[in-house]
Amino acid sequence: MSTPNTGVIHDIGYQHYEGPRLGRGYSMRSLYLHSVRSAYGLGRSAWAKLLPFALLGFASMASLVLVVVNTQLPTQVIDYVGIVSTFTYAATVFVAVVAPELVSVDLRSNLLQLYLSRPLRRRDYALTKLAALASAVFVLYAIPLLIMFLGMAFNTDTGIGGVFDEVGGLAEGLLAAVIHAALLAALGLPLASLTGRRVFASGMIIALFLLSAPVSAAVMAFGGDTLQNLGGLLNPASMLNGVDQWLFGLNINLAFTGDFGPLYALVTAALIAVGTLLTIVRYKKVKS
Amino acid sequence: MPLIETIALQKRYDNKVTALADLTFAIEAGVVGLVGVNGAGKSTLIKLALGLLEPTGGQIRVLGLDPVVDGDRVRARVGYMPEHDCLPPDMIAAEFVTHMARVSGLPKAMARERASETLRHVGLYEERYRRIGGYSTGMKQRVKLAQALVHDPELLLLDEPTNGLDPAGRRAMLDLVHRIGTDFGISVVVCSHLLGEIERICTSLVAIDAGRLLRSATLDSMTQARDLLMVEVDENAEALTAALAQQGLEVRQDKRALLVRMDDEDVYDRIRDTVADLDLSLHRLERQRHQVADLFRDLPEGAENVHA
Repeated sequence: MSTPNTGVIHDIGYQHYEGPRLGRGYSMRSLYLHSVRSAYGLGRSAWAKLLPFALLGFASMASLVLVVVNTQLPTQVIDYVGIVSTFTYAATVFVAVVAPELVSVDLRSNLLQLYLSRPLRRRDYALTKLAALASAVFVLYAIPLLIMFLGMAFNTDTGIGGVFDEVGGLAEGLLAAVIHAALLAALGLPLASLTGRRVFASGMIIALFLLSAPVSAAVMAFGGDTLQNLGGLLNPASMLNGVDQWLFGLNINLAFTGDFGPLYALVTAALIAVGTLLTIVRYKKVKS
Repeated sequence: MPLIETIALQKRYDNKVTALADLTFAIEAGVVGLVGVNGAGKSTLIKLALGLLEPTGGQIRVLGLDPVVDGDRVRARVGYMPEHDCLPPDMIAAEFVTHMARVSGLPKAMARERASETLRHVGLYEERYRRIGGYSTGMKQRVKLAQALVHDPELLLLDEPTNGLDPAGRRAMLDLVHRIGTDFGISVVVCSHLLGEIERICTSLVAIDAGRLLRSATLDSMTQARDLLMVEVDENAEALTAALAQQGLEVRQDKRALLVRMDDEDVYDRIRDTVADLDLSLHRLERQRHQVADLFRDLPEGAENVHA
């Protein structure tokens, strides 16, 4: 006994969209979230996740080891700012891999012109990408810091007072991470935005960060009294270490700052500003 | 209100190359073909309409707004499909279109819903969870169209949508564009250098050449008077020409073929009969597709110096 066909597929045709259209701010937020996610390879292929997560994993493991060392030895070997300062080289590798992913791919695949044909303006795109890169780098610092915080807080011998000490240390560490992330992003992104070839972009960033290190070290080793203290400015990692020393009284010395601590901070701030400006200028010119 | 209106629009690059000069026209709602040979200034015109470039002279208004001042408001209401490849290979099509919908200002849930609806409309429903890198050229073109359509624009700007497609793909793409213009009720501007291809789906045409306006008219007034039949015979084309001319038909020789002006359907029969009478072997008898070049050739005498 067959029943009449009651299930009918209706082609309801094209439906116009009547809902809200959120403006430029929302466009920027959407692009920002998408970029931070894709920095870690989320929403992309498995290969894209490999390197960012490997770096994050290594940094977290190193942090865990340091927690053990800190708690087992009578004196604390390394604090939060120390972690930020010593992990800078891992962060530079991260920037060299991720910055091209965020901007070079958009240039190479002409995706930029699809973004620019939407409410976003050129400057919005540039600033959003910069913020996304800085945030991704910040996460790379922040997770090891949180691991250290959890480890130290659970191991404290002085009760709730000890936990509050750790909170203070964590806050300093996160502040240092913000500074590090801002500088590394402001140096890496303008370089990456120069080319659509990922390899070249990574190469340029690596060259800037790693080749400047021996130059800086040589000046520090062989320079006179003043020059010795200024040599750290020639390399982003030692410069950031100088800022950490001056701002947070860090006692791990990758660079000698002497009395020039404020200068290190000033140059860092200036470079962040210049890098941001260069990124904006670059996207004013780029063909769409 | 015209969709796009220009007054003495001019665009020079670096004050040297003139891409557009003294362009004045108005496009009304419908499917509008923007035709011109490569380098005529079609893409420049689209970028001016989107506010991505600034005119160096004159005015352009899109949906009643000035794209130079209100660029983001114009772009929120317009969809753009670029000519060249512009898709990220390692993203999944559905996620990509959702992302572009969100960048256009649609809330998250709406964006996802519209993305899969739109992909269904362009014919990519089954394959939408695959990575774009693995798509064929035809599928990529559909994704490009979907991202332009996903935020339900009032005006769709398509730059050579049939680029790189095989004949079947071209036909499917044009049918889709036609459906967008009629069933979806979205006005479309289609750029092409192949007039014959887009004349089927357009309600009006704007022809530009070397940055200047050649013609702007409804399709009928532009092409109706120009239907030609192409006749090809093995030999003795001269005799056929003479015989056809004797019957009062307008015949022109074009390389190996004869072009006969077609006034009514009856002409097919008359050519067939004439060929049979002369005992020639007929190779080809077909209605000739219009070429952009024909528009230029048919220019009235006085207008000739405009694009010289």
